[in-house]
Amino acid sequence: MNKSPFNTALAGYLFVAPAMIAIVVFFFGPALAAFILSFTDFDIYALADINNLRFVGLKNYSELLANPLFWTALKNTLFFVFVGGPLSMAASLSAAILLTENSVKLKAFIRTIFFAPVVTTLVATAVVFKYLLHTKYGFINFGLSKLGINPIDWLGDPHWAMPAIIVFAVWKNFGYNMVIFIAAIGSIPNDLYEAAKIDGASPWQRFLNVTLPALGPSILLVSIMTMTGYFQLFAEPYVMTQGGPAEQTVTVLYMMYEQGFKWWNLGSASAVAFVLFAMMLVMTLIQGQIAKLQGVK
Amino acid sequence: MEKLKSLFFNLIVWLLVFLVAFPLLWMVTTSFMHSGEAASFPPPLLPKSPTLNAYHELFAGNHIEVYFFNSVILAVCATILSLSFNVMAGYAFAKLRFKGRDAMFNSLLSALIIPAQVGMMPLFLLLKTFGLVNTYAGALVPWIASVFGIFMVRQFSQSIPDEMIEAARVDGANEFQIFTKLIIPNLTPILVTLGLFTFLGSWNDFMWPLIILTDNQSYTLPVALAVLSREHVQDSELMMAGAVITVLPVLLLFLVLQRYYMRGLLAGSVKG
Amino acid sequence: MINRRNTILTMIGAPLFAGCSKVFGNSNAHSGNVINFWGMGREGEVVGQLLPKFLIDNPDIQVKVQQLPWTAAHEKLLTAFAGNTLPDISQIGNSWLPEFVAIGAVDRLDGFLTNSNIKKNDYFEGIWDTNVIDGKLYGIPWYVDTRVLFYRKDTLRAAGFDTVPKDWDGFRNALRKIKANVGKDKYAIILPLNEYEPLFNLALSVDDPILKDNATLGNFDSKGYKETLTYYKSLFDEGLAPLTDASQISNIYDEFARGLFSFYITGPWNIGEFKRRLPEAMQDDWATTPMPIGPCGINYSSAGGSSLVVMKNSNKKPAVWKLIEFLSRPEVQKEFYDLTGDLPAQKSSWAMGKLDTDKYSNAFYEQLQHVKPAPPAPEWERIAQEMRIVTEQMLRGQFDVNGAVLEMNKRADRILEKRRWILKRGAIHE
Repeated sequence: MNKSPFNTALAGYLFVAPAMIAIVVFFFGPALAAFILSFTDFDIYALADINNLRFVGLKNYSELLANPLFWTALKNTLFFVFVGGPLSMAASLSAAILLTENSVKLKAFIRTIFFAPVVTTLVATAVVFKYLLHTKYGFINFGLSKLGINPIDWLGDPHWAMPAIIVFAVWKNFGYNMVIFIAAIGSIPNDLYEAAKIDGASPWQRFLNVTLPALGPSILLVSIMTMTGYFQLFAEPYVMTQGGPAEQTVTVLYMMYEQGFKWWNLGSASAVAFVLFAMMLVMTLIQGQIAKLQGVK
Repeated sequence: MEKLKSLFFNLIVWLLVFLVAFPLLWMVTTSFMHSGEAASFPPPLLPKSPTLNAYHELFAGNHIEVYFFNSVILAVCATILSLSFNVMAGYAFAKLRFKGRDAMFNSLLSALIIPAQVGMMPLFLLLKTFGLVNTYAGALVPWIASVFGIFMVRQFSQSIPDEMIEAARVDGANEFQIFTKLIIPNLTPILVTLGLFTFLGSWNDFMWPLIILTDNQSYTLPVALAVLSREHVQDSELMMAGAVITVLPVLLLFLVLQRYYMRGLLAGSVKG
Repeated sequence: MINRRNTILTMIGAPLFAGCSKVFGNSNAHSGNVINFWGMGREGEVVGQLLPKFLIDNPDIQVKVQQLPWTAAHEKLLTAFAGNTLPDISQIGNSWLPEFVAIGAVDRLDGFLTNSNIKKNDYFEGIWDTNVIDGKLYGIPWYVDTRVLFYRKDTLRAAGFDTVPKDWDGFRNALRKIKANVGKDKYAIILPLNEYEPLFNLALSVDDPILKDNATLGNFDSKGYKETLTYYKSLFDEGLAPLTDASQISNIYDEFARGLFSFYITGPWNIGEFKRRLPEAMQDDWATTPMPIGPCGINYSSAGGSSLVVMKNSNKKPAVWKLIEFLSRPEVQKEFYDLTGDLPAQKSSWAMGKLDTDKYSNAFYEQLQHVKPAPPAPEWERIAQEMRIVTEQMLRGQFDVNGAVLEMNKRADRILEKRRWILKRGAIHE
């Protein structure tokens, strides 16, 4: 009995050690190393002979800022985050509201259907959409033609490629946040609605005055998760457009991949990675700040 | 009025169900078409005469069973690793008192804001030094332990009453026995959840396998599919068959274990 | 249980050997004598069919062939170099050779060449030269490749031409006439936006090289290159070529047969493809001809093709060299041509197959007398991609010609910075 605290502590260390070591060696360590790497010109020459490695200070970062491709990638990424993100959330919220309507039947089944795209393999469904989006033989243009809309060269036209990827991303992801919203709506006390009804509020007013405020914390949380996730757009352009047309679907992460693992400029790829990290951090902090202002925990 | 409203809502919902399910259904029907059949206008919905040609071509010509096998091995190993490492750590962080515990846990949480891709370049070099590029081990490294997994197990472990553990200690059980005999059985639901998340995560993972598996015989299904789709732009039937084979296992797994999945999703999102 | 766990652990640690690659040869051969061979595209597919005789002569050697898709090949080779997973021998695009030599991935072959049945003077000179870097030999040409014009005789005739006009201006005139005939939704030529080769090929027929100062600086703002780019741009501006990339065209052969375009700058593998994929009724209506003559007065095209290289890390070099010698035998080269349509690197194989007089490959024989290599900078592939990207942006209106060439220079110079530094230190084998 007396030895117990010692044993407990020892067991504690032993139990956390494997996971902690793995995380330090394979995550924190490399992340720190990447920071150092970003100040070197580590490339294929250095891979061949480490004597070809130079410390270059901030040069990777300054060159990145001078590289028009980076700005294109940044623009594309932000477009995806700030257009695709809110659209996805709007879709999630709408679906959640529909699925909490009393009159809708077979809710569990429908929820499963809506959620299915989330668990499917991203690469596989991106391939499916690539064909659905085909200008000539794709179903999306076929459907649009029924509505009297002319064929759109979705993945071939620089203006449409990123919107096409957003369409896909909304389809793929909206189910996830929908489930969170459904849970949040479910936890809104029913008497709030009853009271509003007695006050003669229309359904729309009830949504604005009861549902939306009650969902505030969930929406904030979901927006942080969604947007940080959307900053990491990579597989969709890799599979569907290979960054094209005219680089309009090159994202920051796509750029990192090409710099790092296609051309083996590991130094400048690390710089790209840290810029991405910095942006995500700033966004999370801003959203955290908003949360604080609104008194959300 | 109420009836009209109800009709309206149901109409919209079922329209959405159709739109959401359509890509997956189309994927399945197209995979049974003859080569070249899908590339016609208007696009066909159903195969004229269903055929397994595309699947046959996938196995005989492209050896998809190899990729399937790789994916299975990796997902199973990732699940085993994650279950052992994360559960031990998550339980210890919740129930075992030791010096520096909270500091350690908080430093783990800080890892959540660092995107995984940041460390990929040095990680590749590290694995290269150990000769682990293009091996299963190299592909598994990111799955050994995860902050999210530890967090989830810790949350769940906290609901185990201390008295129960204390009683076992009084009975003379050592910490390891307590963990295996008492804690694990009590954690079963969350183990299923964590296992499911890890399995799906590993199965669907793309970027890291793409980087670390350099040889086409070691590809996982998503990597192979991405590469094949660049090579076979015209073969929509073949690609759809590949997509079916890639998607089906995880979709079925999800349908069977849906309850556990949703629990994990909500647990993860409450505290994010 | 313990056993099973051990197997799993061993599997986890071991490199993967299952599957897609095919192993040829006596399975009893000593496991240390398995040659890993990487081949690309069609070549990787058929090389196994050439091997039986080699394996009978060398019962102690096994050959394991892995096929890489062309689109990913360069990336895969670099990745394999980075990850220490290169094979023993590989097919390699000869424009990539400077890069793999600079990083020390491939080995010199001069030592093997003495007393070998491989005779330098049987090879096309311009092609052999792409394998020699700084006076040292690093690869043996496997097949040759250059680009010529594939075209429809019927639309050309309808436009009033019996043969393709010989120089740039005449050629463009013919394209204009064709375009006027075929109408709005069809074009005279296709220059896919995702390929840099057509533009690069045109740029070889001017006097200025694309890179200058020992290939350490971009030379895109030279008079010759600007002239090329202006010419290239005009083909799009005048609607002679569609603003599209190959992946947008679901089947290039169907579209050619349908008359979406009449000219296509492409390589010898398409002789076979055109014969096989074009409808019977069209077989008399297509032909090949050398590139048009550019401002320098000669119709150059690229010295392309693939070479066989021995990787420096291989521990089976003598066996690998035996394999290279076997694959270079004129009769094996001829068989290789029969299987792939890849043009042999040796002139004796051309004569053997009567290729030099064949109506389709004759254009290539002529063209091979005037070929220039890619700039000898390891960074060329990257620069070429940047050139392609900027060109596409220019065609979409983001730059004019002057803006585009300055942008190309800027990007090239940035990519070449390290090369300049290393050359200054004298730390590179060039």
